[in-house]
Amino acid sequence: MSLLHFAILAPFIYAIAVPFFRKYIRGVHTGWFVLPVPALLFAYFISRVPDVQGGHKELSTVQWIPSMDLNFTAYLDGLGLMFALLITGIGALVVLYSIYYLGKDKEAIHSFYVYLLMFMGAMLGVVLSDNLIVLYGFWELTSLSSFLLIAFWNERAKSRYGAQKSMLITVFGGFAMLAGFVLLYIMTGTFSIREIIGSLDVVTGHALFLPAMLLVLLGAFTKSAQFPFHIWLPDAMEAPTPVSAYLHSATMVKAGIYLVARMTPVFAGAAEWFWLVTGVGLITLIWGSFSAVKQTDLKAILAFSTISQLGLIMSLLGMGSAAVYYGLSDESALYTKATLAAVFHLINHATFKGALFMVVGIVDHETGTRDIRRLGGLINFMPITFTFALIGSFSMAGLPPFNGFLSKEMFFTAALNVMHLEIFNVETWGILIPVTAWLASVFTFVYSMILVFKTFTGKYQPEKLDVKPHEAPLGLLLPPAVLISLVIVFGLFPNILSYRIIEPAMASILPSLLMPGDIFEVKIHFWHGWTDEIFMTIGVIALGMLLYLLLDRWSGLYGKLPQKLTLNTFYDRGLFYLDRWANRGTRSYMTGSVRDYLIYIFTFMILILGYVLFRTDSVRWYSGELAEISIYEFVLVLVMVAAALAVPFARSRVTAIILVGAVGYIVTLFFVILRAPDLALTQMIVETVSVALFLLCFYHLPKLKKEMSHMRFKLGNFLVAAGVGAIMTLIALSANDTRLFTTISDYFVEGSYELSGGKNVVNVILVDFRGFDTLLEIAVLGIASLGIFAMIKLRLERKNPAAALTSSSKPDKGSKRRKGRSA
Amino acid sequence: MKTNDVILQTVAKVVVFLILTFSVFLFFAGHNNPGGGFIGGLMTAAALVLLALAFDLQTIRKVVPVDFRKVMAIGLMIALLTGIGSLVLDVPFLSHTFGHFDLPLLGDTELATATLFDLGVYLAVVGVTMTIILSIGEDH
Repeated sequence: MSLLHFAILAPFIYAIAVPFFRKYIRGVHTGWFVLPVPALLFAYFISRVPDVQGGHKELSTVQWIPSMDLNFTAYLDGLGLMFALLITGIGALVVLYSIYYLGKDKEAIHSFYVYLLMFMGAMLGVVLSDNLIVLYGFWELTSLSSFLLIAFWNERAKSRYGAQKSMLITVFGGFAMLAGFVLLYIMTGTFSIREIIGSLDVVTGHALFLPAMLLVLLGAFTKSAQFPFHIWLPDAMEAPTPVSAYLHSATMVKAGIYLVARMTPVFAGAAEWFWLVTGVGLITLIWGSFSAVKQTDLKAILAFSTISQLGLIMSLLGMGSAAVYYGLSDESALYTKATLAAVFHLINHATFKGALFMVVGIVDHETGTRDIRRLGGLINFMPITFTFALIGSFSMAGLPPFNGFLSKEMFFTAALNVMHLEIFNVETWGILIPVTAWLASVFTFVYSMILVFKTFTGKYQPEKLDVKPHEAPLGLLLPPAVLISLVIVFGLFPNILSYRIIEPAMASILPSLLMPGDIFEVKIHFWHGWTDEIFMTIGVIALGMLLYLLLDRWSGLYGKLPQKLTLNTFYDRGLFYLDRWANRGTRSYMTGSVRDYLIYIFTFMILILGYVLFRTDSVRWYSGELAEISIYEFVLVLVMVAAALAVPFARSRVTAIILVGAVGYIVTLFFVILRAPDLALTQMIVETVSVALFLLCFYHLPKLKKEMSHMRFKLGNFLVAAGVGAIMTLIALSANDTRLFTTISDYFVEGSYELSGGKNVVNVILVDFRGFDTLLEIAVLGIASLGIFAMIKLRLERKNPAAALTSSSKPDKGSKRRKGRSA
Repeated sequence: MKTNDVILQTVAKVVVFLILTFSVFLFFAGHNNPGGGFIGGLMTAAALVLLALAFDLQTIRKVVPVDFRKVMAIGLMIALLTGIGSLVLDVPFLSHTFGHFDLPLLGDTELATATLFDLGVYLAVVGVTMTIILSIGEDH
């Protein structure tokens, strides 16, 4: 158990203590006690930066289930460290922000911090685990804690809807991912990511390579809100704003990005991987930015913006994977720039998106609304917030001198480079990549402008606001201030990050492109000359300005899009019809009628037994020696068959009972003829008792609707009955002919007197040789009698009729019948 | 209308003892001849049912003042203890033994632990049958 393990588990352990702080120290906001955890963890991970930069990779294992190759292996490399820093750093800021955002007394803040710490620990576990199954476990824990956090205000229907939706979609992806991991295990025989990368030659070209890739990608796409699984993210905005800032912009939605980056060494180099990751990323990018423009809720704009930016990062990872195809050559250097852009934009996005969410939270907190139609002119009331929003939005739109500009330029570079790719059929469709990227950037520019200018400039509408807005307290402003200053610092001095964070992270994503001991040389230039990219950016700004200014003219276009074809409608309808069809399907065979169930049971019995009988060719007709049929047996069989056949045709029930009794007494006679006196005695008495009980039941039948009609003929019942009879007869005959060994009865006959001192073999078997059966049989009798006693004497039903009805929602035939008998 | 059951009652008084005797005979004959605890128990119950038919259920309660559920429990317990007894002697559960003894009055008699087990069966069957019949009979 190393310090690294402890770092992962610390939030979980600390979460146990949180409710006690809330209970015993009510004067202080619980968040202050939580704050040290991410702060200390952040400090710890910062202290690991020089080590990791030097190429050192920390690895330590705690045995969990060694027999199944499941060990909790913590692994710290460049990629994991970058994510760990994001998680803990933004985590600390979000906790600080939430202290001022959530009221100390109004909210259940202990639950909030327990969930948040749980999420933090799970997220650290995801990015620092080397074992795929452990990674999966933490992955599902992030889904679970996200579910809890989205539904934090669980009295609201929309929160519950959003939480359920995100749970269904991410867990669906999680299961797919698990299946992909299992396929990887089947191929390589290990769950360790490092060892899988080490045995790449087995994986590549394996028949399961593509299924494993698709399943893993499904997990990554659902978690990272990629098209068409992005629909859960806008609904997850029902969560408190600190949660949206933390989970749904900076960390959890990047788990999918992390997974793609982590799995790049395994899958990259294949055309499917390139096209899927790039293509889905680009579709998500353009669809997200396109949809963001029409939103009127600030958080919805940010949600779609997050979707779009995640698509951007995803597509960059896809483009970067082309480098793996070329391996250690000069050409690959061209494409590694895409990976560099992905890693850089990942950090940038976390900074400005986190800040923007906090800004929106402040606006919401100070004005009571997030609807841009009600907001406007807030610049005079909240100048600091406006500054933050301006910087964050400009960075998001990709304007200089902020960090978003740099990553956007690098994105354009990567998109243009990919066009030169001579593999994967890029030459035909490749032109679409930069075009899509450019168009999406235009929309990104438009919604970024909407976000900041519709909120803070324009006409102030006091009549639409419930409270008079004013600047937020310092505590709410401090966390976005930190993030905004990072936006500027990373924008002006990007190389702070390049050597320490980005290079080791790239080394983890593309290990096959490095000679041992080598590192990627990353130098991000703020100004790169009059290149194509700069003209593209100028084009984005020009067209974006035009579109923003003419927004009223063309935004009506969104209303014309068919509402029925949206993915949300598809999802809602899908759930609705799934529910309805499942319901119908179940109702169609769960009729509640015992008669139907008996028909199912008997039909399956006929089919399965019949199939086995004929399939294994076991049908036999008697061939061996058989005992002769005496005249008594012949006559008794005739009488018994006649009595049994008469039962269904009996007009009254008494006749039927008497006929059944007759069959029973003939069986007694059979026992006599076949020399079984004990059986004959018992059969006679038991038959008498059961006929008496039948008559008793008959006597107590309700007077209402007493039908004396004989049974109606039903062809289905007849066929089932005939089938069961035929099958059982066939089995009996076949079994009789295939006797595999001699019987044990000789032993009983010989041993009865010598071993047990009794001459009645039947009785000796019952009480001595197999006394255990008898013991349990008399126990069965005892239980039966107690059951009858309880049924008659206790009569819960009569005392409390409601209790009998709760089992079924409506009074069906069965309960009426029960009531009738007890009356 | 209250019928006069004097013939039935007079006959029953005699026949019940005959049936009871027969049931005891069946019980003891079980080891060597047809019979045993099960049939013996049913026969005893039959005698009691005859009593119930000739008189009424209160009479049974008065003549045989036992709780038949307890009889059943005792029967089950005897059967179980017979099995456990063999564990005390370090042989497998429900191992039976037998031996011949020279008893006063009876002379050479074979005694078997299986009879004890059968006694448990007998009592359980009597208890079960009477519980069922009395439960149903007393139901209104």
